Amino acid sequence: MEQTTEKGYFGEFGGSFVPEPLQKALDELEAAFEKYKDDESFNEELNYYLKEYAGRPNPLYFAQRLTEKMGGAKIYLKREDLNHTGAHKINNVLGQVLLAKRMGAKRIIAETGAGQHGVATATACALFGMECVVYMGEEDTRRQALNVFRMELLGAKVVAVTEGARTLKEAVDAALIDYATNYTNTFYLIGSAVGPHPYPTIVRHFQSIIGQEARAQHLEKEGRLPDYIVACVGGGSNAIGLFAPFFDDQDVKIVGVEPGGRGLASGQHAASLSKGEPGVIHGFKCFMLKGDGEDGVGEAHSIAAGLDYPGVGPEHSYYKSIGRAEYVSITDEEALNAFHQLSMIEGIIPALESSHAVAYAMKLAPTLSKDQTLIVNISGRGDKDVQQVFDMEHGNK
Amino acid sequence: MIKESTGAQLIQAAFQSEKPIFIPFITAGFPTPAASIDIALTLEEAGAGLLELGVPYSDPLADGPTIQTSSHKAIAQGVTLPKVLEMAKEMRGRGLKIPVILFTYYNPVLQYGTEKLISQLEDYGIDGILIPDLPFEEAEEVNKLTEQNGRSFISLVAPTSQQRIQMIASHAQGFLYCVSSLGVTGARSTLDDSVVGFLDEVKKHSRVPVAVGFGISRAEQVQLMAPHCEGYIVGSALINILLKNEDVLKDELTREQGLAEINKFVKELQSGLS
Repeated sequence: MEQTTEKGYFGEFGGSFVPEPLQKALDELEAAFEKYKDDESFNEELNYYLKEYAGRPNPLYFAQRLTEKMGGAKIYLKREDLNHTGAHKINNVLGQVLLAKRMGAKRIIAETGAGQHGVATATACALFGMECVVYMGEEDTRRQALNVFRMELLGAKVVAVTEGARTLKEAVDAALIDYATNYTNTFYLIGSAVGPHPYPTIVRHFQSIIGQEARAQHLEKEGRLPDYIVACVGGGSNAIGLFAPFFDDQDVKIVGVEPGGRGLASGQHAASLSKGEPGVIHGFKCFMLKGDGEDGVGEAHSIAAGLDYPGVGPEHSYYKSIGRAEYVSITDEEALNAFHQLSMIEGIIPALESSHAVAYAMKLAPTLSKDQTLIVNISGRGDKDVQQVFDMEHGNK
Repeated sequence: MIKESTGAQLIQAAFQSEKPIFIPFITAGFPTPAASIDIALTLEEAGAGLLELGVPYSDPLADGPTIQTSSHKAIAQGVTLPKVLEMAKEMRGRGLKIPVILFTYYNPVLQYGTEKLISQLEDYGIDGILIPDLPFEEAEEVNKLTEQNGRSFISLVAPTSQQRIQMIASHAQGFLYCVSSLGVTGARSTLDDSVVGFLDEVKKHSRVPVAVGFGISRAEQVQLMAPHCEGYIVGSALINILLKNEDVLKDELTREQGLAEINKFVKELQSGLS
């Protein structure tokens, strides 16, 4: 399962493309991570908070009504939406904040797209009494105004970034610049499986709890491994968390669902793996969307702020390149439909991000036989999106 | 036929000076491609020993707000890496003599083709290349290519590099770019006194001249650094002058006025050395 090489490569993807002043900070982070990731007292503390504070393990829920309606494979939902703060983000945040504490950092900075990672970071900072600054694209602060307020309630300072498209990409730039300037007392808490080495490896490590639990739970319920595992991919942290523990299980088919936006042909999407080309963004090599200019980075679009990113985690780029995972895309409209369907049929309102995975599962399940199974990662709950969906359907017509 | 000097040799020759040389950074295509040509010539006339020609990029991780602003404005006019190469060629056509270093982030290089770019530098009159987000560990291929093509690959060292200083310095080509302070580029009114110690440390290990950059904006700073370096790089402070004179520089009829302001700024900056 450990595919990271010494220089932080997954195949030809990953690496560390940052200005020299930052390299030292990353080296120190890597050394600290290597020291603590298998440290008994570190893991004891992390497991304590995952259980007592975040509410793990969360269920692998058999979605019986949805399964019957689709008339094919059994659909299991991994309920990351039931975690404290309502998404998988807390898994990684608790791990990194505990790491930051051990490294002696007093100040935590983070970037956020949908706001879920920012809320999770602000939560953990409140829990451990650390200063917290969250960078967020101005467009996202508008789309996710309630999450901004949540972060402020938790004592964090939210900085709206007004550069470029004012979304996640620009928020990452702003956070990296802060980190380069202040790293002697600041820990940069990256929320997705992206960024320069060692971040993708760290995030994969702390999110792998999703796949480890799901694998054991499925074995217990079905006495075997699932046929398919499905997760949405923006930066790709919930997906890599589910996928990595299944990497060696060659019979388990892995499907990553990318945001198809207004359709892949429209050019307005964020499907970096389906439509992108290899390049370097935010300090790592991956498949990325290309812009109009010869050397520009493309602008991403998705109905789901948390998937609105022109690059993708290097490990997903690697999975794609070796054919270990298949990457498909789901449009805004299909995701919105799944958002409604899961709410109506199972009483679970999924995040718009997770709705992409649900939508693909709803396409896939009917093509499979009734004795097959699939796991869909419900990476977050949809409460944060209710206002946006309401406005789209009723308000701003 | 006498073989012409390579770019690497020209860079070496540029440092054969008693005083540390002035190395301006400009964002290519800001405020316009035509103005950039005139600005480069003005800088040479004002005493620049080398020119850093920056390729505007949408994700400039090493740059602060000033250079970002100029980059976004240049990108908005359609300036890309291939266009910057053409600009360099035009600067040579107009008589620019000093060595030119291409400053570009790695992604544009990858998209263009690393080998293709470095083998073409000579044709465009470019003597060296600096890729700020290509750290030592990743630079082996580029290092080889520049050597094969008689160009210099310029490396950065930072006060935080510590054990890395020796490793980087021992492989350095052209000159070593010492980052004066943490963070990103941008004019600073004060520089940390520890910079001097850092420069001396780098000089101990370096086989090539040492130049300092990031935050230099005033004559007193140049004076303070002078005994400890062979060159000083000024970017954001110069771009600030360009931003202030953006409108007059854009218009061919009023450009002289803006160029005079640049000349005045450079003379003032160097005044500490005479």
